[in-house]
Amino acid sequence: MTWVADLVHGIFLGGFYALLAAGLALMFGVMRIINLAHGSLALIGAYMAFLLTEHLHISTYLALAPVLPGALVVGYVLQRTMLERSLRAGQLVPLLTTFGLLIVIANLLQQFFSPDVHSLDAGRIGPASWHVSSELSIPWFDVLTLGIAFSVLGGLHLVLRVTQLGRELRATAADADTAELVGVNARAVYARATAIAVAIAALAGVFYGMRSAFDPNAGANELLYAFEAVVIGGIGSLWGTLVGGIVLGISQEIGAHINQEYFALAGHVVFLAVLVARSASSAPRIRYTLRRFA
Amino acid sequence: MSETAVATPAAPSFRVQRWTPLSIAFTGGLAGLVAVLAFAPVMLGENTQYNLIQLYFLAIMAMMWNALAGYGGLVSVGQQGFIGIGAYGAVFFSVQHEMNPYLSMLLATLVGAVVAIPVAAVVLWLRNGAFAIATWVVAEAFAILVSLDPNPAIGGGTGTSALLPFNLRYTPSQRLHYTYWAALGAVAVLLLLLFVLLRSRLGGSLQAIRDDEEAAASVGVRVLLGKGILFVVAGAGCAAAGTIILAWQLSVLPLGPNSVFGINWTARMIFMVLVGGLGTFEGPIIGAVVLYLLQTYVSISGVWYFVMLGGIAIGFALLLPRGIWGTIQERFNVQLLPVGYRLRTGD
Amino acid sequence: MSALLQVESLDVRHGLLQAVRQVSFEVAEGETLALVGANGAGKSTLLRALAGAHRPAGGRVVFEGRDITAMPAHRRVKAGIALVPEGRRLFPDLTVEENLRVAGAAHRDGRWTVDEVLEAFPLLQPLRRKRAASLSGGEQQATAIGRALMTNPRLLLLDEVSLGLAPIVVEGVYHSLRGLIEGGTTIVLVEQDLARAMGVADRVACMLEGRIVLEGARGELTREQVTDAYFGLRRAEASA
Repeated sequence: MTWVADLVHGIFLGGFYALLAAGLALMFGVMRIINLAHGSLALIGAYMAFLLTEHLHISTYLALAPVLPGALVVGYVLQRTMLERSLRAGQLVPLLTTFGLLIVIANLLQQFFSPDVHSLDAGRIGPASWHVSSELSIPWFDVLTLGIAFSVLGGLHLVLRVTQLGRELRATAADADTAELVGVNARAVYARATAIAVAIAALAGVFYGMRSAFDPNAGANELLYAFEAVVIGGIGSLWGTLVGGIVLGISQEIGAHINQEYFALAGHVVFLAVLVARSASSAPRIRYTLRRFA
Repeated sequence: MSETAVATPAAPSFRVQRWTPLSIAFTGGLAGLVAVLAFAPVMLGENTQYNLIQLYFLAIMAMMWNALAGYGGLVSVGQQGFIGIGAYGAVFFSVQHEMNPYLSMLLATLVGAVVAIPVAAVVLWLRNGAFAIATWVVAEAFAILVSLDPNPAIGGGTGTSALLPFNLRYTPSQRLHYTYWAALGAVAVLLLLLFVLLRSRLGGSLQAIRDDEEAAASVGVRVLLGKGILFVVAGAGCAAAGTIILAWQLSVLPLGPNSVFGINWTARMIFMVLVGGLGTFEGPIIGAVVLYLLQTYVSISGVWYFVMLGGIAIGFALLLPRGIWGTIQERFNVQLLPVGYRLRTGD
Repeated sequence: MSALLQVESLDVRHGLLQAVRQVSFEVAEGETLALVGANGAGKSTLLRALAGAHRPAGGRVVFEGRDITAMPAHRRVKAGIALVPEGRRLFPDLTVEENLRVAGAAHRDGRWTVDEVLEAFPLLQPLRRKRAASLSGGEQQATAIGRALMTNPRLLLLDEVSLGLAPIVVEGVYHSLRGLIEGGTTIVLVEQDLARAMGVADRVACMLEGRIVLEGARGELTREQVTDAYFGLRRAEASA
């Protein structure tokens, strides 16, 4: 395995992270909510697909047909019940309630599905690989994932730019108060944004289930990676999420190359380094603040 | 033209008060309670002592999380990182360097404080959600580093134990007693420390920061310094709690939600503070008592237990955001521990 | 014939401050009412309460015979009330056209479409695809008014459209407004410039510290009367 292979695999991994993070970025962009339960909601998608494939013996891809609309509904309801009230209650409250939701989901999943790992069947594409060279082999599933990520991000981009819903989303994100004054129902807009975000999360969850084994506690880790991708790429930018995902993916692959155990750690280190670099770049502020410390 | 003499009304007199009769009584009572509890090893059974230790470290965690979130506006989802540092730090000093375990606990607490400084430097610039997740990432990084540590004393992914340093020096009964006093002492010291900090200018600054950070900075409040102090204290406090957990259960794991670096500690902290009363001084203690009672007397499976904790936390956040004590405080204008000021009019 | 808008004993708080106290007035269809008063008199808060952005603490707002006091802002737009907020408040990253189209969500029938708005405000025609944040003050004001018009309102509320604009630009804005006014749109406008206010309005109401202290038709009131009310001066009656 060469470093080039790390780079390439990192890019494809980044595609997955972008898919996972897209919903998180959307919710933050429109509502300034960091949904700590995002990874958990994605995981529910994986478990639902698992149930459907186990009991109905259909392909995982076909299971998406009921899972995605179901996720839309879940997201809509979640917003209208819990998140709307959390937003009104204060700035910190959404963090607390979404964290509570994370804990509830992780434990409910463990109750109903046991702590064992499961995985989803990726179909015929699963084991197939594109042998680029003797040292580099790219799984076709990863290519599919990257393609889906591009489609989702592109689709979101189109919706935001071209549709009335997209205009309403952008207007409400910029100034919810004035949006209401021009006839936009902000609460409905928020609910639709959350619905879309959760649906994308569920899609990402299903793909996660196909690329790796999952257990009820996986939601937490995936949330961290998704968030790292969003932050590295620059909060507030959809395509930035793709860039961030790719940087994260490459860091993780390189870390794993050095030592398999360093996979997640490498990502965390890069994430923290980006944070430090960003705060250091507001240098005048640091000097000013240091003077105050003294 | 007649002139009417206009009498100036007597200017109302004001008095700024810190202590009320109620708060004097309560503080005195609290000090008395601590003294009484100190005699527990002599009076109470071992089982009770074992359980009370748990109450103490839960109370410490609740106080620390409340200090960050309630007074500093900092929702940290990564305090478990410091709990783990405390536990593993104590192992490091006592197992690897064969120091007295209680001394190791003290040193590990200091390590927690010291480590909090560079962490603060990295994360305190962040707001709200970004801050929350950054603290979690830091905690995860600590957990992974510990689990990868090749040193056999630390034990890597399979965890470690402080059995040896304790058993070489103390009988199990002695360990229980000494750990009990260490835990009670830690609670008392941290309570006192927070009390002093909040009554000082820092307390006023923090209130200002909570109300409006920019306005506070514009009148000279050192926002980052205030938050930094809170973060270091919280780091030390959580590390202390971690050392007590180690002394209490002797063996610890680094990874997994229930480990000493696990997210379930934050779940408990949030529960205690939301139920007790975010931003009040007395609230976290009440929340810790509630959690302790739940844990001791409600026996349901671990999984449903956390579902319940999470659900109750959400419920309080949405429906009773001031928590039990916060609501009481608002209704009856009561303050048991005098960290604020009261304005009294009249003679 | 009952008035298009009836406000009865409205109380509105702004934070801890009582911004609007027991305000009552009526606006007939087709009428233009000017609200004047010093800063902080409560004019903007009143308009926002009429538009639904501020929940009143007491009193009623009746529009087209219906009590809309509890109606949220976006539903009032559908009912036919549109506010051009103080400071324009355009959506900065949306283009002029997008700012106009987003207001089309109200789906009310009427003559105003994007093309109609661009015809009424020709200066906007070359700026269709320009980001709102990069527009000049006058261009922003035109866009903001156009955006409100896109909802085809029966009642148009204008909050300080001359704020921060150069006199010549204000002239242009009022020129465009004249068309609206003469066309029979019912308008309530808040204006600090007394001369302008009295120039375009059928009736003038002066607010001071949250109350309406003077009200009357254009012909009835003199400049002096309005100025006095504006500043809260009372001319002492000559002693007998």
